[in-house]
Amino acid sequence: MNITLYSRREWIALAILSALILIVFPATMDIFRLNLVGKYLTYAFVAVGLVLCWGHGGILSLGQGIFFGLGGYCMAMFLKLEASSPENTAIQSTPGIPDFMDWNQVTELPFWWVPFKSFPFTLVAVVVVPVIFAWIIGAAMFKRRVGGVYFAIITQAFAAILTILIVGQQGYTGGVNGITDLRTLLGWDIRTDGAKVILYFVNAALLIAVLLVGQMVRVSKFGRLLIAMRDKEDRVRFSGYDVANFKMFIFCLAAAFSAIGGAMFTLQVGFMSPSFVGIVPSIEMVIFAAVGGRLSLFGAVYGALIVNWAKTSFSETFPELWLFAMGGLFIAVVMTFPNGLAGLFRSHVEPLVARLLRKPVVAARETTTAAEPAKLAAE
Amino acid sequence: MQQANTAPASPAPKDFLLSVEGLTVSFDGFKAVNGLSFYVDENEIRVIIGPNGAGKTTVLDLICGRTRATEGSIRFRDQELTRMKEHQIVHAGVGRKFQNPSIYEDLTVFENLELSFPRGRGVFGALAFRRDAQVIERVEEIAETIFLKDQLDTQAAILSHGQKQWLEIGMLLIQSPELLMLDEPVAGMSVSERVKTAELLHQIIKGHSVIVIEHDMKFVQDIAHRVTVMHQGKVLSEGSMDHVQHDPKVIEVYLGH
Repeated sequence: MNITLYSRREWIALAILSALILIVFPATMDIFRLNLVGKYLTYAFVAVGLVLCWGHGGILSLGQGIFFGLGGYCMAMFLKLEASSPENTAIQSTPGIPDFMDWNQVTELPFWWVPFKSFPFTLVAVVVVPVIFAWIIGAAMFKRRVGGVYFAIITQAFAAILTILIVGQQGYTGGVNGITDLRTLLGWDIRTDGAKVILYFVNAALLIAVLLVGQMVRVSKFGRLLIAMRDKEDRVRFSGYDVANFKMFIFCLAAAFSAIGGAMFTLQVGFMSPSFVGIVPSIEMVIFAAVGGRLSLFGAVYGALIVNWAKTSFSETFPELWLFAMGGLFIAVVMTFPNGLAGLFRSHVEPLVARLLRKPVVAARETTTAAEPAKLAAE
Repeated sequence: MQQANTAPASPAPKDFLLSVEGLTVSFDGFKAVNGLSFYVDENEIRVIIGPNGAGKTTVLDLICGRTRATEGSIRFRDQELTRMKEHQIVHAGVGRKFQNPSIYEDLTVFENLELSFPRGRGVFGALAFRRDAQVIERVEEIAETIFLKDQLDTQAAILSHGQKQWLEIGMLLIQSPELLMLDEPVAGMSVSERVKTAELLHQIIKGHSVIVIEHDMKFVQDIAHRVTVMHQGKVLSEGSMDHVQHDPKVIEVYLGH
């Protein structure tokens, strides 16, 4: 009855996903498409966090854009400062500060921007700032036993507040345009094709690492407690657990995942703006997880890829219809296949694959001992 | 402490496992429990009976911290439970079974019991928790006691109602509480399940103090050391089953019907 990190079936699923991201996409796509897939994959970080937090723990956050955005902004602040060296900004009235500050009559770098001159600080801040934010929201809500729809609405309110704050404080945040014109990372030009390929692989590797961490949580007793909390929160309390602490941890972990995605988004796309922070992107992220299957970590990645791919193709032809299509998709998923694509795969594709594999195997076993695929089929 | 005072007039709180004194809870002015006092000894089986709405379940809710008392005190050994959080009360040694089976339907019987095993109760403890031989042995032992040894890998949702009740009792037992509180453990069970449950309860109440809420008088007679009869949030009568059965006040409000 020992618990292993992955069952055989899940190892295969991980191998297929890794092969797809690390080999198939880079081998078949031009740099423009690959960069686009890299952008989609940054949303997968958020979706993976939501699978743990929402799918397993029952905590629906409609504000994951907050953490995606904070992670992205932390990275963008560093890149912007690097792009705003006194030489590059000599034509400004105050050289050495980001251009949007200069346009807004800010004459001095705000104190909270200063630490972002350091790359190690930025790397830490990318994760720590959103986690602290999540911890504060979590402590305020979960300790007071605010849950369910109320929690979802409050996270949405926070997403709206943060957007308004960013847009309103133009001189410090770049306002509605966001932080743009990012060029180099420690002197390395991130806009070249070569850099984009490398960043794609860094992003893919980080995503696989996040999937592994997520799986470690999922198979631990913590993972089973999440399901228990979702089903019978009171019983968990009366089994001697402080439920609020567990909720805060998983909410912070989901925030950390989102933040890594946000930072990678900034690096690959080259800017960060409030349009990735607010309510609409936050809800879209929930839809990625729902479509992929809210109980499946891998499903979340496929969900993010498929919905974003659909969004790109659809909105190229019918830009004004996309939001309706997205809403329809969400309703369809919830009504007809609540466990998303992963659920459909499990109920329809897997038995089929098992049947197809079993036939040749039975024949093979009569002659030789082909045990390996037989096990695969039995899984 | 075999012979407890029948009249809770001058109790020495230290001598009881649980002392409830002057307990009152008011919901928008309605006093569901009103100045209630009672005392439970070590290894005592106490049954609380009373008509619907007498406040029986509310008393259990108050002891386990689910509801906060408006006034009064609940002392368990030397700890004041009214100020503690639910999980701290569990750590202190109080276990509670709910009236409707409260189990984790999406998990297996094994996992249900494992989650109730008193180890790794912090966030990082839960992350680092290993399913070692000690855990497996204890889960199997409890599963045997609650007649679910063959169902360890069964998803809890598909158990019968009676089996779910047993599972929840098992989840309580694995916590090894000093005080067990059971809210109508045989309600809704079939006759054969009822017999088995009575047998199970007889077995597990040895070495525990137990507070049971039950309507089944035969069952009460069978297990109770002492009976507390509640009516409108107050103690109407207290003593042996024989005593309360012949108390005219009790006959009038409850048993007489």
